[in-house]
Amino acid sequence: MARKRKSTPEINGSSMADVAFILLVFFIVSTTMDVDSGIYRVLPHWVEDVEAPKINKRNTFVVSINKNNDLGINGEYAYITDIKDRLKEFILNPRDDQHLSEKEFKEVEGIPGTVAMSKGIVSLQNDRGTDYGAYMEVQNELVKGFNELRDEFSMATFGMRFDKLDEAKQEAVRKVIPTAISEAEPEEIK
Amino acid sequence: MSRFDRKGKTKGVPSISTSSLPDIVFTLLFFFMVSTTLRETTVNVSYRLPEATETVKLEKKSLVTNIYVGAPRMEYQARYGTDSKIQLDDKFASLGDIRGFIAGEWEKRDEADRPKMTVSIKADEKTKMGIITDIKTELRKAEALKVSYIARKKVVDTKY
Repeated sequence: MARKRKSTPEINGSSMADVAFILLVFFIVSTTMDVDSGIYRVLPHWVEDVEAPKINKRNTFVVSINKNNDLGINGEYAYITDIKDRLKEFILNPRDDQHLSEKEFKEVEGIPGTVAMSKGIVSLQNDRGTDYGAYMEVQNELVKGFNELRDEFSMATFGMRFDKLDEAKQEAVRKVIPTAISEAEPEEIK
Repeated sequence: MSRFDRKGKTKGVPSISTSSLPDIVFTLLFFFMVSTTLRETTVNVSYRLPEATETVKLEKKSLVTNIYVGAPRMEYQARYGTDSKIQLDDKFASLGDIRGFIAGEWEKRDEADRPKMTVSIKADEKTKMGIITDIKTELRKAEALKVSYIARKKVVDTKY
């Protein structure tokens, strides 16, 4: 009966720390921490030989970058810092300028009353020799312009910033101010 | 002599109990397991991402397909030169490979997730737009229309 009283021998746990350390080192080495972030864009569907849709000249906001990374708005030299404000002026057209985008008064679901929707489209043109960095800088400014327009619109309509709105309202605001950026096939830009 | 030596005899330094060390390490381990993601590919091109402020985070890693563009790393320059190259998975690829690659990635995802698949383009800021445009055209042909141009987050001085 002396044997029965003996309890199971304890497993030595001192190497547990070493095992855990090895696992830890493995995870530190083989994983990355950074979450990628970038400028999100939806490309248009591919259509063979399609005729360019006819758009009134006043409704286009042409931003072009040539192979020396020089910038032009509607064919005239411009600075990168101008883009955002020029874009906002073009879309909003506060004084109903004949040369800026047309507006259309429409009812949009989820937004009280009628809203002025711009028919303006941004056309981003680049050369095959343009640097990707310069292109991204312009993209960023354009997106910033659209984001600010949405923020201002949200503030005026709902009294809240765009990112504080709920999903349905965000969708409605997006419908009023779509990210209308068309990226043309690159061409020779002088 | 010392007041603390009750028996008047010098004792050795008491050893610290290490029985909780595994717990601490396991906690660290779990932290790393949860907060990091596995590195899937070895990148063979060197790239310096452009800067941007208006970036959006890529939500789900499993829905993201990566395309790298940049000059090959030093060890590959003898074979591939220093011109910008496209990398898909672990290999250098040409433009014609993109469509097959996208189709393969498309097959790998669950049916419900397929429309949400995003292609992330990680390109060097000195890359010429010609190659990027060609990639974009191939992606459009492959019906992979959701694209994210990966950028570094720029720290901005808030003026207003």
